[in-house]
Amino acid sequence: MVETKKLALTGAEAVANAMRQIAPDVVAAYPITPQTPIVEYFSKFVADGLVDTELIPVESEHSAMSAVVGAAAAGARAMTATSANGLALMHEIVYIAASLRLPIVMPVVNRALSGPINIHCDHSDTMAERDSGWVQFFVENAQEAYDLTLIGLKLAEHPDVQLPVMVNQDGFIISHGVEPVELLPDDIVRSFVGEREPVYSLLDVENPVTFGPLDLYDYYFEHKRQQIAAMEKVFEVFPKVVEEFEKISGRRYARAEAYRLDDAEHVMVALGSTCGTIKDVVDELREEGKKVGLLKLWMFRPFPKEQVQRYLYGRKSVVVLDRSASFGAEAPLYAEIKSALYESPTKPLMGSYIYGLGGREILPRHIRQAFEAAINGDLLADGQGYLGLRE
Amino acid sequence: MAVNLKQLAVEFEDPNKIGITSGHRLCPGCAAPMTAKMALMVAKHLGYDVVVGLATGCLEVSTTIFPYSAWSVPYIHNAFENVAATISGVETAYRALKKRGKLKREKPIKFIAFGGDGGTYDIGLQALSGAIERGHDFLYILYDNEGYMNTGNQRSGSTPPGSYTTTAPVGKKLPGKPQLKKNIVEIVAAHENVYAATATVGEPIDYMNKVEKALNFEGPSFIAVLSPCVRFWRIPNDAAVSITKLAVQSKYWPLYEVEKGVYRITRKPRTFKPIRDFLEQQGRFRALLSRPDADKVISMLQDYVDKRWERLLALEEATKDKPAR
Repeated sequence: MVETKKLALTGAEAVANAMRQIAPDVVAAYPITPQTPIVEYFSKFVADGLVDTELIPVESEHSAMSAVVGAAAAGARAMTATSANGLALMHEIVYIAASLRLPIVMPVVNRALSGPINIHCDHSDTMAERDSGWVQFFVENAQEAYDLTLIGLKLAEHPDVQLPVMVNQDGFIISHGVEPVELLPDDIVRSFVGEREPVYSLLDVENPVTFGPLDLYDYYFEHKRQQIAAMEKVFEVFPKVVEEFEKISGRRYARAEAYRLDDAEHVMVALGSTCGTIKDVVDELREEGKKVGLLKLWMFRPFPKEQVQRYLYGRKSVVVLDRSASFGAEAPLYAEIKSALYESPTKPLMGSYIYGLGGREILPRHIRQAFEAAINGDLLADGQGYLGLRE
Repeated sequence: MAVNLKQLAVEFEDPNKIGITSGHRLCPGCAAPMTAKMALMVAKHLGYDVVVGLATGCLEVSTTIFPYSAWSVPYIHNAFENVAATISGVETAYRALKKRGKLKREKPIKFIAFGGDGGTYDIGLQALSGAIERGHDFLYILYDNEGYMNTGNQRSGSTPPGSYTTTAPVGKKLPGKPQLKKNIVEIVAAHENVYAATATVGEPIDYMNKVEKALNFEGPSFIAVLSPCVRFWRIPNDAAVSITKLAVQSKYWPLYEVEKGVYRITRKPRTFKPIRDFLEQQGRFRALLSRPDADKVISMLQDYVDKRWERLLALEEATKDKPAR
């Protein structure tokens, strides 16, 4: 572990600093609220000579991801960042980046997907990419945004993985909120991330390769199977990367964080910044003698089923908070958790709550309301509740 | 240095050295592989290594059916509308890795993007404009077959009036597509610091000289190559060369270049042929030509190409000593 200093930073600034320290060969980005400050800070770092990355100020997010795919295929370490509609515009190329097995790391500042247009936080943008073949992390605060960007890079480039990684931070709440953040020294980060060693490169002219051929019914399926295998490899590689990260930072990461779960009878599961609020409510309820706890997922793709089972088996009730909806079906996180508990030896009561769409405030009393429903046995496994909604 | 065909013939006696090899599945007589071959030969002849980017389209699908590839140069296909953005990323990676000493090589690499008219005039126009505006050092070669031929002849922004397509068919009521094709070279030339030119496979020396100029131009360059689709132009397999020569002689496809705003017509036929001759050679205009109102469309086209030619001459005269920068 090394000496670090605490700075007051926003999540956007923390991530921009992670990018400065990673010093990718190429960054292609297009500004979109609330990701904008990441691009602004990073552009300033480049303009001031604090990092010698080649910046491509593209004309759209579609081109941002396209250029980053080109750069990564050329053997460069390449990054971009986006939000909401920008991510949706990239969608087509998000899939292609994963299928080309390019280890691109992309901070995503979560914002509600139009329409109607809204600039505030929810997870509808990233949930639309959950089947794209990217690793998806969610963070609670700016520190985690910084840390998981570094961890994500090392994971993405690991020879057994070679997959792109999305690091999701909640729009405005994390991206624009100022918090104390510990930045590691530049040289420590540099040696942690090392140099990218591409398997193939377009610039290796002596060994020409064809990226992106037409792949029909005779091979496409096998290639998709390989992508599935690569995702499974994340489970093997991720613990090694976080262990190495702990050595330099003292901060320990896992696929999921268990908060006061030891003897908890009622467990809430959630993603992102709301986990901070949930922890406060858990503390309050614990003061009142209620056996409650939180399971926070850092990793959403690949889905850490094993951890979910380990932490949730044997509980009286499980209540899941989703910051996005799946219209006409169960909410994304809830569906995953419910499915993971299919083989549970004892059936917990389960409940699904949607909250915070379009940046709607989520208050401690809303979380308490959901916990109380769990404690009182008022959960309906096939129902869907809403927190903070006027009905 | 003008390109010497005899020299190229010697240099590329082994066709495997060109960069795109035989065995691809393009139609016999298709002009797209000629377009690619000539460009690759010039680049290699000039001492460059080449990385190519392809937009989705005929040339892409027919040359890279997994597990085969007809390309012996590094190749990337990303999607339909983004070859300019993709190649801009590759080119930037090249500069970045060279700057950081991670890429140690003396021989310069040139980056060539190939796109059809759908991927250029229509769905890829934004990415192309962005890449040119940013000033990447790349050559974009449009193989213009005037329609979505890969998917069976649908109308594009490049389809000329009256050409039969499945989405603007010549019907009992309508005479096919009423609109003129976009003037893509003018659109590209409207960017600052760009080399833009027309060319065609029927005039290989003119084309290859432009490829040379484009590759040596510092910054983005663009060549629009009229590249017949024998299948949907409804022409014989051996007609791509003769039909494009006729396109030049009839002013349908004037050969010119715009370098930093300075126009130069590179081929001025002494006599011109009527546009009707060009149309009559192609089955795609047969339905139009058999209509009672065919003359209306033909005279509109004749008038258009005449005026455009006069305008080009005027632009050449007006801009000859006035580069934009």
